[in-house]
Amino acid sequence: MTDLFYPMARQCPFAPPREVAGIQAGGGVPRVTIWNGTRPWLFTRYDDARVVLSDPRFSSDKGRPGYPLSSPAAGSEVTTDPTLLIMDNPDHDHYRRLVLSEFTVKRAEALRPVVRGFADHHIDRMLQGPRPADLVTALALPVALAVICELLEVPYEDREFFRSRTHTMGSVEVTTETAAAARKELQDYLVSLVETRERRPGDDFISRMAVRHVRTGTMTTGLLGAMCLLLVTAGHDTAANMMALGTLVLLEHPDQFAALARDPGAAAGATEELLRHLTIVQRGIRRIAIEDVEVNGHPVRAGEGVIAAINIANRDPAKFTSGDDFDITRDSRHHLAFGYGIHQCLGQALARVELQEFYSALAGRVPTLRTAVPVEEIRFRSDMAVYGVHQLPVTW
Amino acid sequence: MPGVFANPVNPVNREERMTMKVSLDQELCVGAGLCVLSAPEVFDQDESSGVVTLLQENPDPALEPAVAEAADLCPARAIRYGS
Repeated sequence: MTDLFYPMARQCPFAPPREVAGIQAGGGVPRVTIWNGTRPWLFTRYDDARVVLSDPRFSSDKGRPGYPLSSPAAGSEVTTDPTLLIMDNPDHDHYRRLVLSEFTVKRAEALRPVVRGFADHHIDRMLQGPRPADLVTALALPVALAVICELLEVPYEDREFFRSRTHTMGSVEVTTETAAAARKELQDYLVSLVETRERRPGDDFISRMAVRHVRTGTMTTGLLGAMCLLLVTAGHDTAANMMALGTLVLLEHPDQFAALARDPGAAAGATEELLRHLTIVQRGIRRIAIEDVEVNGHPVRAGEGVIAAINIANRDPAKFTSGDDFDITRDSRHHLAFGYGIHQCLGQALARVELQEFYSALAGRVPTLRTAVPVEEIRFRSDMAVYGVHQLPVTW
Repeated sequence: MPGVFANPVNPVNREERMTMKVSLDQELCVGAGLCVLSAPEVFDQDESSGVVTLLQENPDPALEPAVAEAADLCPARAIRYGS
């Protein structure tokens, strides 16, 4: 048996590695070898990915022996109070429900004008500054971080602290200890914020949750701190990378960027298609079987790891016609970019609002936007759990 | 349940064939909100809990494609529907 190492390197910066497409086309479910030497099953088909992500016999508990961690840094997730990401039921649904009211579609819609304001503000600043500009540091990160700072009502000055610690935790090249140290700093900061807000609550997410759950004993300060940590890290990193990489893809398809510039109503479809096409959680979503499971006929035994390769599942021709093509007018809503099953992204309504407002503000206000360097000179985030670009020099 | 609404001579049943029935398992709901985006006429989220609520159990059959979409998108498989 050939030893297939996962993940493979990409040949094209805008597509998953050719090898995973080949596995999908061949219809097999191979075992792959990952960085820690374990050999999880690799599921590449859309229907299989959905089963892996929704069957409760697959656990998200990264503390279980043999868990197919996506990187050494992922091992740090068990070193602080647990986030929703590593909880199984019944704990997961119990704790998710304690914070659910903060993440409804209505709450996200109420933030739409605020998000638009952040986008406009940073576009103004970019337009007043020198050309070329780096879209990552001038727009994507500031807008995504401003939204999180708004939610948590933390000083906007703390954004560099949030960004740098998240960056360390998201690297696939650092040790577990390095990631754990960054994680602890962030967790300690957020726990002390929880304690402060519990004593003198304001009108923000942390205060509301501290009053409702910490004061009443339904949640410890540590657990609420971990909730906030998830909000800070997953909340801005994924959004910022979708903003920058999504912009690059739109600029690579000038007719579609122009269509978006003409019609802000196209932003919703464009957002879903960018989520599908890019699927920036590039190393798949991993689980471990706690019982024997059959995934559409493929047996997985208790104790074995599995990977749902959502980036290629989102191009499965059985689900998406010409899945490799980028087309903002297609119906992409069934994509798995936010996951599937009970762990599906808690902040997805807000993420949609952020991305829709960002793309439509940018295309509408800077229709002459273009990349300032050839694509070959752009550094892509192959070294990070979340894909994207490290920099994106643009001009207009 | 095949057969329940199959008698074409029963006027009550004929009436019911022109509606659809939606059910929701709130115990399963994880509040992803995709149903609210797909079929806002049928689904809403409770403001204090975030859990999805049914606005109507027997929506106009014209809404069936939207309800079908909501049921398929639901990550917790909490939505059932039928005629």
